[in-house]
Amino acid sequence: METNRRDLTPDLFRALDVDRREGERIAGPSVGFWKDSWVRLKKNRGAVISLAVLILLFALAFVVGPLLSQYSPYAQDLSRRYSGPSASFWFGTDEFGRDMWTRVWEGTRVSLYIGLLAACLDMFVGVTFGAVSGFLGGRVDDVMQRGIEILNGIPYLVVAILAMVVFNPGIITISIALGITGWTFMARIVRGRMLQLKEQEFALASRSLGASGSRLVRKHLLPNSLGPIIVNLMFTIPAAIFAEAFLSFIGLGIQVPDASLGSLISDGAGEIRFHPYLLWCPSVIFCLLMICFNLLGDGLRDAFDPRMRK
Amino acid sequence: MVITLFVIISVTFFISKLLPGTPFADDKLTPQIRAQLYEAYGLDQPLYVQYAKYMLNVAQGDLGNSFYYENRPVLQMILERAPVSAFVGIQAVIFGLVVGMVLGIVSALLHNTYWDTAAVVIAVLGVSVPTFVLGPVLQYVFGVKLGWFPIAFFESWRYSVLPSLALSVFVISTVARFVRSEMLEVLGQDYITLAKAKGLSGLAVIVKHVVRNAMIPLVTVLAPLTIYLITGTLVVEQIFAVPGIGEQFVQSVFVNDYAMILGTTVFFSVFFIIALLLQDISYGVIDPRIRVSGAKE
Repeated sequence: METNRRDLTPDLFRALDVDRREGERIAGPSVGFWKDSWVRLKKNRGAVISLAVLILLFALAFVVGPLLSQYSPYAQDLSRRYSGPSASFWFGTDEFGRDMWTRVWEGTRVSLYIGLLAACLDMFVGVTFGAVSGFLGGRVDDVMQRGIEILNGIPYLVVAILAMVVFNPGIITISIALGITGWTFMARIVRGRMLQLKEQEFALASRSLGASGSRLVRKHLLPNSLGPIIVNLMFTIPAAIFAEAFLSFIGLGIQVPDASLGSLISDGAGEIRFHPYLLWCPSVIFCLLMICFNLLGDGLRDAFDPRMRK
Repeated sequence: MVITLFVIISVTFFISKLLPGTPFADDKLTPQIRAQLYEAYGLDQPLYVQYAKYMLNVAQGDLGNSFYYENRPVLQMILERAPVSAFVGIQAVIFGLVVGMVLGIVSALLHNTYWDTAAVVIAVLGVSVPTFVLGPVLQYVFGVKLGWFPIAFFESWRYSVLPSLALSVFVISTVARFVRSEMLEVLGQDYITLAKAKGLSGLAVIVKHVVRNAMIPLVTVLAPLTIYLITGTLVVEQIFAVPGIGEQFVQSVFVNDYAMILGTTVFFSVFFIIALLLQDISYGVIDPRIRVSGAKE
């Protein structure tokens, strides 16, 4: 036992050469929010495929599709009516002999325009409303929330139908009609984020540095709410496309000779017995659009907020 | 609620007055007769008088008379047609709930198997494929090709099968998705481990603990489903020529039947508001925590 006994003297110890700054270093490279989300999104096979298909559809609708065919979507030629899909008319022709390939892409373009426009409106109105309501709080918040509750009680398609009849149906009218009725959900989400974020330390820090309310909202609170906003947009776009197609389907949306996916499907539904390809082509594109937006939305939601993942 | 209704009725009233054209667009009518008709329906009076009159009538439960259908009371016509819509809708919801729950439960229990993937694919398709694509396809497959069910009109139960089926697909997929994610969450809870540790059989755990707890939050899909049913009715009744309220509404918009437009809108709104209210109440009943935090405010 004697041998094991030793006095611990300071000279037995040697100071480790430590760089003070090392303490600040985090193991592994720091990854930003966007990059982190992107990495997670890439792991989601469904979302990545959807993104690719969407890009393809966008390209076909806006650039490539019309270029691949020399026919105009409006040129009628009764000598070639109802010719089925063939080498010269890839999706066939309709009852007036118009080329379905270009018409379908024309319709897709209209649908995408409406989806994006409605989403922009939704974002603009919804985010502003929600931010003001959530940030100011108190009585202002109460009044604004009551307003939203009233708007929520209105079935939006009913209002959209009435709006379509009163005003001239067109891309802008449809987008506005869908925009004014659809922004409440976005406003709620943004308000919730505001309520949650404005009490946090970084908001307090910014405020104590003298930031004004509007600066605080614009520079700190909104950027921190971008995730949920984008996810919600991803679900707004297909909803708007669906609503437009529905309006066109009952004959209140895009008017002839212009095409939208809804009006094409509506025309095709009438011809299903003898010319089913008139229904299939626009329907398949339409379903693809809906599926991809939905899957991408799901993927983004999981990527932005992994805790929500189920 | 009353305020909401008031706003909705007012907005619809003024929008419907903005509608182009008139309910009496028949060319055979001479200007004198048209003027008499306007007078008979009170359409010659200033707008605010019409508005006040209408509001007073609505407050007494009188939705006015249809302009198009020979002066029949709107309320009576709606009530005649409502059961048809309700029948198709309820049938669709029941079918959708049952199938959706089975799909959801199966896919959660067989998580990460091919069954699960198949159920998820069905659910995504169901949310994405709109009724107005599905409707014609169902008509074609079951009506024209197989000849199992009639494709349009509404005379007996057989006529309601295809419309209900078209409506139920969305219900199936919403419910399936929801039940699946809830089930997966509940399956990971401690009390499930406890129940198993107590020695309960697998089936008893699933039926008594997992399914029961997973079903509770299902009320949250009530409001979206109601919205869907309303819009769905508009489409499905149009496609299958079902004489319900949805078809009535679309038709009245086209023929400028002001009273009918207003009446159906009010009807839809009341229906929707009641669904929202039920949902709010059921939250409190099911989850007492919400009630407590609500009382503090």
